[in-house]
Amino acid sequence: MSGVGNLVPRLIEICGAGNVITDPLELRTYECDGLTSHRATPAIAVLPGTAEETAQIVKACAAANVPFVARGSGTGLSGGALPREDGVLIVMSRMRRILEVDPVSRRAIVEPGVTNLSVSQAVQRYGLFYAPDPSSQVVCSVGGNVAENSGGAHCLKHGFTVHHVTGLEIVTPQGELTWLGDGTGASPADGYDLAGAFVGSEGTLGIATKIMVKLTVSPQQVHTLLAAYATTADGGRAVSDIIAAGILPAAIEMMDALSIEAAEAAVQCGYPEGAGAVLIVELDGPAAEVETELAAVRDICSAAGATEIRAADDPVQRAKIWAGRKSAFAAVGRISHEYIVQDGVVPRTSLSAVLARIAELSAATGIRVANVFHAGDGNLHPLVLYDSAAQEAAAEEVSGAILDACLEHGGSITGEHGVGVDKSRYMPKMFGDQDLDTMQLVRCAFDPASLCNPGKVFPTPRLCGEVPGKRRAPHPTGIEIF
Amino acid sequence: MYNERSVVLPASTEEASAVLGEAAGRGVTVVPRGAGLGWHPLDGDVIVDMGRMDQVTEHAAGDLVARIQAGATMGHVARVLAEAGQRLALDVPGGVTVGGMIATGLAGPLRFRYGSPRDLLIGITVVRPDGVVAHSGGKVVKNVAGYDLGKLFAGSHGTLGLITEATFRLHPLPQAVAYLTARAARDDLAAAVIAAANSPLQPSAVELGPDGIVCVLLEGTASGVEERVKRMAELLGSAEVSPVPPSWWGKLPDPVGTVVRVTFWLARLGDVLGAIASAGVPCEVGGSAGAGVLYVCLDSGADVSPLVSAVRAAVGDRGSVVVLTEPPRFDHPLMRAVRDQFDPGHRMGGTGLCRSRTRCERWRTTACTAASACPHARPTSCGVRRWTRRAAGFTWSASSWTVRS
Repeated sequence: MSGVGNLVPRLIEICGAGNVITDPLELRTYECDGLTSHRATPAIAVLPGTAEETAQIVKACAAANVPFVARGSGTGLSGGALPREDGVLIVMSRMRRILEVDPVSRRAIVEPGVTNLSVSQAVQRYGLFYAPDPSSQVVCSVGGNVAENSGGAHCLKHGFTVHHVTGLEIVTPQGELTWLGDGTGASPADGYDLAGAFVGSEGTLGIATKIMVKLTVSPQQVHTLLAAYATTADGGRAVSDIIAAGILPAAIEMMDALSIEAAEAAVQCGYPEGAGAVLIVELDGPAAEVETELAAVRDICSAAGATEIRAADDPVQRAKIWAGRKSAFAAVGRISHEYIVQDGVVPRTSLSAVLARIAELSAATGIRVANVFHAGDGNLHPLVLYDSAAQEAAAEEVSGAILDACLEHGGSITGEHGVGVDKSRYMPKMFGDQDLDTMQLVRCAFDPASLCNPGKVFPTPRLCGEVPGKRRAPHPTGIEIF
Repeated sequence: MYNERSVVLPASTEEASAVLGEAAGRGVTVVPRGAGLGWHPLDGDVIVDMGRMDQVTEHAAGDLVARIQAGATMGHVARVLAEAGQRLALDVPGGVTVGGMIATGLAGPLRFRYGSPRDLLIGITVVRPDGVVAHSGGKVVKNVAGYDLGKLFAGSHGTLGLITEATFRLHPLPQAVAYLTARAARDDLAAAVIAAANSPLQPSAVELGPDGIVCVLLEGTASGVEERVKRMAELLGSAEVSPVPPSWWGKLPDPVGTVVRVTFWLARLGDVLGAIASAGVPCEVGGSAGAGVLYVCLDSGADVSPLVSAVRAAVGDRGSVVVLTEPPRFDHPLMRAVRDQFDPGHRMGGTGLCRSRTRCERWRTTACTAASACPHARPTSCGVRRWTRRAAGFTWSASSWTVRS
């Protein structure tokens, strides 16, 4: 700890006393991100105002061999921004300027602390928007989106953060400022796509200080359709049929009975009464295409047994349809004291099999599971509900078993929330030792001293001087690495 | 040093792993080879020809996903996927292999809407230079578990290892397509491209062809395309509409001469075209202008440097000017660091082979991967001796893979 403490004067010199936090009470503000089950109070929190200050902070940490963790808005759901008790937390929220908008090139350059939604708001007057739209877009930062490769409801058609970031200025783990990518978004003809590899690396390869983003032309027309079904299986059939018809909607979302119940309790969204599942399909694009597709989707939804269909094309009505879906995570708080937000992915054609497995798990353990999911891309967000500490272990077990089911069907342990500290122990279930070892070669290239957000993503740190192929024994599962 | 020169054709990732492990043990250089269409000649002690790994191993039509071996040609892939009404939306020439496309980051006109290989690649299997097999990603479209090695292998030119298999996100084939061709004076070209590219009519491609031709591809439903064609034609002034592409569509520049790739922010398109003209070097210009990518082709004897410096000044630090007919440089310090981690001896990929100037020149002109136009190209079967089983740890059956001798 004393090693970290020695950094305080230098950090004050870099950022000013007002931006260096050492008071234990104030530091508790930063003890966790959106995943509150993991907590650690950082030794120091520092809030740089510029890229240069960020670089100097990292340089000072590197020189003192002190680990550091970057934090955006702290909305992450996998503990990716969990601080180190023996380290420095670098909070990017003061760096929130939109530095440049080039509407002709459809590019903007922003600082990492800027919120996701404010980018779209700033470019709206040019008829443009920033496509990745995680549910937390009002508060989450673009820098955090870069770290997590954030998705959102509309990534089915529009892609993830990695498809919309065309250049990054980063501070390397040694404290050097450098650019990855030049903003064109054309894959480099003379080298590796470093910017692409950096996006989604969960803060382990450096800290982004400027982000060049691609802006998308706002669609001429947007239609949102809500279809109610007796069961999620019926809804799932509609999803498969839409895809089979060659239609790629902007979003296809589904909620089951329990999550509808929660949403009704929270926001009175007025979804069709008694529905066992609701499907929300959003179509966007040129008016001529959207009209044609809407008619087709309506027919498909009816044919799959929809008990009711509503459609909306004006923003107020569309927002009403979305209200229930967007409130779902928070809404389950109305029907359960505690819950775990899970994030697994399965091939779309395995959705019904995995949902059946979740129902089985729920029946066997008495742990309720509310299902909210991005049906179009097979990304499940089961909300595992429990009310007492006594149920916590059982809920954890169900939550883990859901991931096992996803992996059995060839899926992934995380579609958009990241690995962080929460899921590093599941990584060996999805990847072999040699896969993880190879990923760590990238880590060693960027951060040989392993000071940049250490203990995240990988279950076992790699010693970067090692001969490739030799690894330390895997870390015992179930033990958290801090 | 093991100096025998071999062309090896593995039939599986396991065999490829054994080959690279063996090469690592002997400390010899290795060059992966797809269709041999690369722009710059490469050579090494061992050429790993992916010609036997040429299949679509899995096509999950309901999931819009396909797993494909690296040696499969894009033409073959397109035929297989079209049976289910689907496509891999990377319209590179049909002879290009999947592995070659990824390794060079190659993309065709559809890049305007769908991006380059890195954007549609969701999983990859590679063999490291030390023979270790590694995977990243998977077979689901949405997945953020672990580092995305596919991004690094896209554009790696074989330097990080051998790509053996890749999984891609697919898209439905459009019901209807229309190509709108318009001719513009040089001063109006940039404005026409920008208008098309930034319209809400959702073009799939905005290309610049020879002699000031702008061609826009619209894809969608039959009635939707019909309506959008009208609007786009208004935007372009006048345009010819055709259901088939113009003859030059998606063709890559002929590597007989010197090929330069220019990337830029769209707002600078006019400056880029002006700079090319002002360089005063006879050349052909074309490419995915709407996506900020142009190819400039010069005669082989022409001095490329005035053009390169004029265009560099026009794109500034927001773009790049790369001579594709020269080996890639990998000159970013972090690229070097990544390469050093994967391949400390720089044995892979055929670049960095220069032990001496003369030898390097000789190797380049006798390269196996040289485009067929290269007068010094040797056929893949030339000068190759059988890889023997002398080395320890050589454990797989020789009959299961082919050595051309």
